[in-house]
Amino acid sequence: MSLVGARVIRKEDPNLITGRGQFVDDVQLAGTAHMAFVRSIEAHATIKSIDSTAALECDGVIGVWTAQDLNLAALPGVPGLQRPPLAMGKVRFVGEAVAVVVAEDRYVAADAAELVFVDYEPLPVVTNINDALQPEASLLFEEVGSNTVFEMPTPDDFQSVFDDAPHTSSVHIVNNRCAPAPMETHACLADHGPSGLTLWASFQAPHHLRNTVSGWLGIAQDQCRVITPDVGGGFGAKVNWTPDLFVAPILSKLLGRPVKYTQTRSECMTQMYHGRAQEQDVDIAYDADGQILALRVLVYQDCGGYPDPTGMGLPALTTTMAAGCYVIPNVSVAWKNIVTNTTPVAAYRGAGRPEASYLIERAIDLIAYDLEIDPLVVRRKNFIPPESFPYATHSEIAVYDSGNFAGALDELLNIMDNDAIRAEQQENLADPAKPLLGVGFASWLEIAGFGPPGSLEGFGHLGSWESVQIRIQPDGSAIVYTGASPHGQGTVTTFAQIAADYLGIDFDKISVRHGDTATIPQGIGTLGSRSVAVGGEGVKTASVRIADRAKRIAAHLLEANPDDIEVANGNFSVKGTPAQNVSWGEVAWASFRPLEIPEDMEPGSLDNTVLQQVPNFSFPSGAYACVVEIDKETGDTRVRDMYLVDDCGTVISPMLAEGQVHGGVAQGIAQALYEEVRYDENGQPTTATFMDYLIPAAPELPNFTSGRTNTPTPNNTLGAKGIGESGSVGAPPAVINAVVDGLHHLGVTHVDMPANPQKIWRILQGGVT
Amino acid sequence: MIPAKFDYKPASSAEEAILLLQEYGDEAKVIAGGHSLLPLMKLRLANPEVIIDIGEIQDLSFIEERDDHIAVGALTRHRLVEHSDLLRENVPLLAHAASHVGDPQVRNRGTIGGSLCHGDPASDLPAVVLATRATLIIRSQTGEREVAADDFFTDFWETAVNPAELLMEIRFPKVGDQPWAFQKFSRRAQDWAIVGCAVQHGSNPGIGMINMGSIPVRSSVAEEALRSGNAVIDVASVADEGLSPPSDIHAEVDYRRHLARVLLGRALS
Ligand SMILES: Cc1cc2nc3c(=O)[nH]c(=O)nc-3n(C[C@H](O)[C@H](O)[C@H](O)COP(=O)(O)OP(=O)(O)OC[C@H]3O[C@@H](n4cnc5c(N)ncnc54)[C@H](O)[C@@H]3O)c2cc1C
Repeated sequence: MSLVGARVIRKEDPNLITGRGQFVDDVQLAGTAHMAFVRSIEAHATIKSIDSTAALECDGVIGVWTAQDLNLAALPGVPGLQRPPLAMGKVRFVGEAVAVVVAEDRYVAADAAELVFVDYEPLPVVTNINDALQPEASLLFEEVGSNTVFEMPTPDDFQSVFDDAPHTSSVHIVNNRCAPAPMETHACLADHGPSGLTLWASFQAPHHLRNTVSGWLGIAQDQCRVITPDVGGGFGAKVNWTPDLFVAPILSKLLGRPVKYTQTRSECMTQMYHGRAQEQDVDIAYDADGQILALRVLVYQDCGGYPDPTGMGLPALTTTMAAGCYVIPNVSVAWKNIVTNTTPVAAYRGAGRPEASYLIERAIDLIAYDLEIDPLVVRRKNFIPPESFPYATHSEIAVYDSGNFAGALDELLNIMDNDAIRAEQQENLADPAKPLLGVGFASWLEIAGFGPPGSLEGFGHLGSWESVQIRIQPDGSAIVYTGASPHGQGTVTTFAQIAADYLGIDFDKISVRHGDTATIPQGIGTLGSRSVAVGGEGVKTASVRIADRAKRIAAHLLEANPDDIEVANGNFSVKGTPAQNVSWGEVAWASFRPLEIPEDMEPGSLDNTVLQQVPNFSFPSGAYACVVEIDKETGDTRVRDMYLVDDCGTVISPMLAEGQVHGGVAQGIAQALYEEVRYDENGQPTTATFMDYLIPAAPELPNFTSGRTNTPTPNNTLGAKGIGESGSVGAPPAVINAVVDGLHHLGVTHVDMPANPQKIWRILQGGVT
Repeated sequence: MIPAKFDYKPASSAEEAILLLQEYGDEAKVIAGGHSLLPLMKLRLANPEVIIDIGEIQDLSFIEERDDHIAVGALTRHRLVEHSDLLRENVPLLAHAASHVGDPQVRNRGTIGGSLCHGDPASDLPAVVLATRATLIIRSQTGEREVAADDFFTDFWETAVNPAELLMEIRFPKVGDQPWAFQKFSRRAQDWAIVGCAVQHGSNPGIGMINMGSIPVRSSVAEEALRSGNAVIDVASVADEGLSPPSDIHAEVDYRRHLARVLLGRALS
């Protein structure tokens, strides 16, 4: 039986559900000191002076340091705009680290941090894109001369196409700023002794961290070991260069003892880089049948107080994917990176692609409203046909690998009763006691499986491959080591499934290890929905190589021809004579004994390392539908049903694939209806607790009805595409299209996220649309 | 999320707690379930130097029938209130409202006394105390005094309980078969109300409003309209009259006023 595609139980769970997981904060080293940051209470100010006297007098305080004291280099980042680990003369967002305290315990450190007196000279604050772009706006980086720190103009705005088009629509879209808020906040523990540095971190890419930190500290990579133990979620936000990762090793070396930092939840809300935070001007031109003629997108990316390289790159992904599943002959894209006095912005589940699917799927519905035709008809009319793959888009980055967009939509209409919902919608409209119903669709597509050579190097990674090493143990069990660095995805399970199939070793005799640069050859990490499509393929490559060698050893032991050897159920046998067999354990044992293997083989050959490459990205796609109920009196808007058809090609673990979709869709619903990071006019965060930042929980979420189509990718032999970010890409447009549908009888064609009840009530009152 | 340094003093009786309160004066705070006080301390919005824990005083946790009222000890957890047959029968509004406080973890720790002494206009139970016209029993070293619900909530997060006093019990008049209703508008199941209302019908009907002022308030205008036998729609339309609801990131003033009218209309229908 094939394990790929089987509903196996997660290997990770027994540890986690019995409380035996080990997260960074669980690691206890003797003599550990604790670090706390003094954080800016101003959004934009110059620092006149810092007085640590009172803090230094606290019992248990070991020291207080400022940027001047430590003389630190800036963090890796955008040249000229790098973030200092501790503020240098000026602060640019509330929560920016100004000084660092180390004490005997966490509590003393927190108390002492409160006692450090920082004298600020406040500067005018810009908290949003609009304010930042005003001619008189206060500048975050005077030396740049503008709050627009980078601009990518369009080569052609296709104005003549728009001028000649029979119809056009335009919309200004706000893609709301979200906080990643993983269950485990960020944490690190540095032990920098005479023989080097060991750094435990709650991080998604241990080798990337090792390479970067060792370079920044000026120590050799062999002397720097990074361990990412169990990590409780990251959503893309645990690959950023935050000050603690660099300051802790410095202070550990200085003090000669381990130094630990665990982010509080309040800190997490302002320190962990936010996501989305885009505004977009979208214009679309089409003919009377809804055939799209041109799309024009200008993205304004709010980068926060310090532009992060990934954050600045988000609009590149948005504009690359802006045309979605559609044939659009003329696509014009441009973007601006803008700094504001807010938390920096970087990757958050989907990273640039939810912003793309949202804009194009909103634009499709605008066409339908303008022409008064069914939005599904507009979609079908413009879909890229299944026979036109590989499909070259307007962007050099994206050559779509495979897809069947009409097929996914057909399947969606199979699993829902659209006609019945439409009938109910009409009934409810007439009945004052019933809520308004809205139905929204999204045919979405995203770019995943990062990736082909060059795709991650631009973001500072060593490569775009993923490493896998498989070592057969003498008893015939196997250990798979990988540079993928899962933090909730279940990769230990999926990689073991793949290895079990291609090695022919029992699933229960395969362990998968990750997250330690001392034991894993090299690695890139878990991000960009790449683990299965790149690393998983690597597991297969290494497994096939090892199985071939094992067959030769088996043939030698059985005195048969290697070509006649089959492996099944943990046994090698001669084709046609199953009684002639030898177990995996016997073959493994023999592989370490020079006298028992073929003369031309070396002992220990059942060990293989691959840096797996893939030729292209994978492009997962799908069709989602959402049904919302809107309370006619209060505007309260709830998701009643969510229908989800995903196409990620070959599914390794159906349960984990569903789990990824459910989690992503929950985050998508959250963005569409609940979550929004906000600041007041002084740049003070007003949503920095879970009381005010509304993460929905199970009671707010509907049951999900799922379907699936299967269009394998040609870019790996498994045929598997990424699934980790799909839900967060597909859900927001489906939900908002549903909200707009429910309000369209009032003339509404767009509602910005989050569609909260007050906003909807104002619309119901005849206010803004 | 790390509170400032404090001293911890467990009290084994109300008397001991009051003595400790006297000893430490303004620097001390009583802690019951801790579900309002601890978050404030962790955000360093409250920094008491001494915490007097009354959580283990069993005598203060009870639900008893006494003549025309049900007495509920200040330390009774929301969960016990929610599941009490005595309350379901005699003060059903209270039992029902308690089931809407936070989530099961909160209800297992939070106490009715803590909820009232915190004096948060966004909390559910103060509205019930107002609607049912309950009486609160406060003890100091010199003895006990009774305070009417209307005199209990004095200012933002301030109540009639003085620094060296303890809330002992709350007496809810039995309401018999009189109808009641509770409406809570919130975004998430575990959230505080954006607006809510608690209605107790009877000879002197009570309408307690949630999150419609800087302190827990009743809607006197709507109560008067209800007493005068006005139609539901007319009573509901004055729900917010005379009240000054707050404005925050979840709801501005006009939306709160609107919600108050809608929710009272639903409560009365
Ligand atoms: C996640 C979460 C969700 C919540 N949701 C809701 C909700 O939906 N609705 C709602 O109404 N509440 C909600 N709450 C608050 C909850 O009801 C609290 O339990 C309650 O407000 C306080 O009760 P406590 O026993 O925990 O009080 P504590 O926090 O221990 O004390 C609160 C205050 O009262 C004082 N105090 C306590 N007992 C006495 C006494 N006997 N005499 C004098 N002073 C006293 C304390 O000194 C303190 O100032 C929520 C809380 C949390 C953490």
